[in-house]
Amino acid sequence: MTQHPLIRVRDLNVHIGGHHILKHININIPDKSVTSIIGPSGCGKTTLLKTFNRLLDDTAEVRVTGSVLVDEEDIYASGAEVTHIRKKMGLLSQRPYPLPMSIYDNVAYGPRIHGIRKKTDLDDIVEKQLKDTGLWEEVKDRLHTSAAKLSIGQQQRLCLARGLAVEPEIILGDESTSALDPISTHKIEDLFVRLKEQYTIVLVTHILRQARRISDYIVFVYMGEIVEFGPTEELLLNPKEELTKQYVKGFIS
Amino acid sequence: MLILSIASVSFVFLIGIGLYWRAAPLFEEQTLLSLFSASEWAPSKGQFGFYPFIMGTLWVTLIAIVVALPLCLLTAIYLTEYAKPGVRSVILPLVNILAGIPPVIYGVWGIFFVVPIVREYIAPQFTDYSSGYTVFTGGVVLAVMIFPILVSIVSEVLRTIPKELKDASLSLGATKWETIKKVVLKRALSGIVAATVLAVSRAFGETIAVLMVCGNVPIAPTSVFDGGYPLPALIANNFGEMMSIPLYDSALMFAALLLFVIIFLFNLVSRIVLHRVESKYSAS
Amino acid sequence: MSIKKRKAEETVFKVLMVGACTVVSSSLFLIVGTIVIKGLPYLTWDMVSKAPQGGFYIGKEGGVLNAIIGSLYLAGGATILGLLVSIPISIYLNIYLKSGSLLNKSAKLAYDVLFGIPSIVYGAFAFSIMIWLGVRASLLGGVIAVTLLIIPILVRTLDEVITTVPKELKHAALSLGATRWEAAKVILRQIKPGIYTAILLAFGRGIGDVASVLFTAGFSDNIPKYLDEPAATLPLAIFFQLGSPIPEVQGRAYASALILTVIILAIVVASHFLAAKQTKHKI
Repeated sequence: MTQHPLIRVRDLNVHIGGHHILKHININIPDKSVTSIIGPSGCGKTTLLKTFNRLLDDTAEVRVTGSVLVDEEDIYASGAEVTHIRKKMGLLSQRPYPLPMSIYDNVAYGPRIHGIRKKTDLDDIVEKQLKDTGLWEEVKDRLHTSAAKLSIGQQQRLCLARGLAVEPEIILGDESTSALDPISTHKIEDLFVRLKEQYTIVLVTHILRQARRISDYIVFVYMGEIVEFGPTEELLLNPKEELTKQYVKGFIS
Repeated sequence: MLILSIASVSFVFLIGIGLYWRAAPLFEEQTLLSLFSASEWAPSKGQFGFYPFIMGTLWVTLIAIVVALPLCLLTAIYLTEYAKPGVRSVILPLVNILAGIPPVIYGVWGIFFVVPIVREYIAPQFTDYSSGYTVFTGGVVLAVMIFPILVSIVSEVLRTIPKELKDASLSLGATKWETIKKVVLKRALSGIVAATVLAVSRAFGETIAVLMVCGNVPIAPTSVFDGGYPLPALIANNFGEMMSIPLYDSALMFAALLLFVIIFLFNLVSRIVLHRVESKYSAS
Repeated sequence: MSIKKRKAEETVFKVLMVGACTVVSSSLFLIVGTIVIKGLPYLTWDMVSKAPQGGFYIGKEGGVLNAIIGSLYLAGGATILGLLVSIPISIYLNIYLKSGSLLNKSAKLAYDVLFGIPSIVYGAFAFSIMIWLGVRASLLGGVIAVTLLIIPILVRTLDEVITTVPKELKHAALSLGATRWEAAKVILRQIKPGIYTAILLAFGRGIGDVASVLFTAGFSDNIPKYLDEPAATLPLAIFFQLGSPIPEVQGRAYASALILTVIILAIVVASHFLAAKQTKHKI
């Protein structure tokens, strides 16, 4: 594991409404690989993911201390530009949330926000991202119909294409397959594996088998603290910590 | 209970039929078209032209919506997306109190607050003389009356929009305002349309408050600083004396029928529109 | 667009929003403030304790007690009548009917329409019925017109309250072998505070409306003793006195407006209190 760390978290603490949700988090997330955050529900794994692109900013009564460095830039520094930080990361949420517009406009939304106006440029981006996510053949004849008409699995891939269209460095997945059927899940997982050539991928999942199938590294979070971090096989087969062992065996869930 | 329910449904038709029956004698004298297009209003001569009153109603309603809609949209967006929960929980109930204030109070307020401001400060900017009793004044008073409908329904609609949808836009690097402009408002469109229709139908039928401030001149207004005479005011002002002049009561019942039909159509159309918009973007 | 411009746009709109919010929320204070400033100097004990005496309308002795009592009678009577009709209807629509049925759908549309019908139309309609029946303008006529006006308000409010009752409660009651009527009783108990809120809402609307009672209730300087006597109402008293050229009479209009505003605000505060209580007891 000599890969260069892209995201570095230093002594991160998150309080929401008086509760200490994340406690003294320190971690380096390696570049161009898939890292899964696992842990029982309510342990803070989704919160940890959201701190990476500052989506907690709008939550009421939230207090974040410590630092998260992406590309050596502290995203919680006072001068940090939040739209710039978020542009670096594509987010794939639990359920697909297509924007209330056509398939084409969903993918073109991000590029348009960031100033790309030329029709031919947008056409190229839309085609490329839809091809990358394997949707192109399925939707190329109905690009201008509402995205809500797609199946859930297609919607989720569309959301991924939409995220990739702003050319991020990182993809954040928050239990992105939990609403999908097995075939769609499989497709998304394949995509993640393929995409790690170009992107750093951080996934939150509560399915151990999924973490095992697709991730290179695993972070185990319990009660707001990181218990263990390591390469997938090592952590699952040979955990160092007693808690990890119990979780992997299914005693804690 | 079944009978009561059916009776209440048929009551809508009963009102329609009842009003039509009372207005019918007027149709024997004049065609519908001539009633709408004629601008002469002289009951004693048997002339009933509704054009000025229809225009009066339209002007006042239009001004009310033009004034109220942007203010209320911005307010609702601010309260749901930007304001702290504490601010929201103070301001929303305050605005809702406006809904309970009786029309006659709005009228008194209009006379002592809005009329002088229009007469002294606003109208002189645009025209030589204005009494202050204008369709603009009526529109402003009406606008305040429909604040609570618009603000409360639009806030309610904005609140139902899933946070994840906003997060999706934010995480693409959009600013909060861009997210609101391009995603939130789009998603909320059907609700905003519904709120507007409700507000318009309220404005359409409001009687006393408007009557007290908009001058009641039976001439179609040509500027916002002219007086106007909306349909409800026409009914209210003349009901007492209508019995003495032939056809007068039919004419006033026709005005009531007109209001009824417009409200009915509005509700029907808004339902259909809402249904369409909803089925277009709702998740499958 | 550069990020600077995008941020600037957001700032501009934020300023606009705060401005709009200030205008909208201050309008209540403007209205109440205007009424208080205008009305307070003319408010005397006589205003609320006496009916008009001789020469009242040229500025002599008296008050608007007749109108206050008239309004309370009218709004009270209409609210009671309205409840008798609207509670069975909303129970029936929500508990007995399937939500997709034709009657349910058309009833919902009908109530939307009825809710939207201007009070002047109700007034005109009630007046024509009264002519048809040969009833003259009286307390009874006014009560009928106001009842018509507030039934849709009651039904819609009750409807909303009933939909907040968890379905499980209804199912639980039914699965215990309760008849629909018994289930309805369970739900009625559950929505009691909601009913109070609806009552206050309807009462407030009834007490403040002019257009519906303009031709139906008549106007009288006496406090009505029987249903067939004409009755004064507070809003109408304001409206008439305001039209007088005599300053004293106009002043009384302001004072009457203040009295009406105080009554309405009291109702608002009461219903707010009830609503807070309702959320506290909700299961």
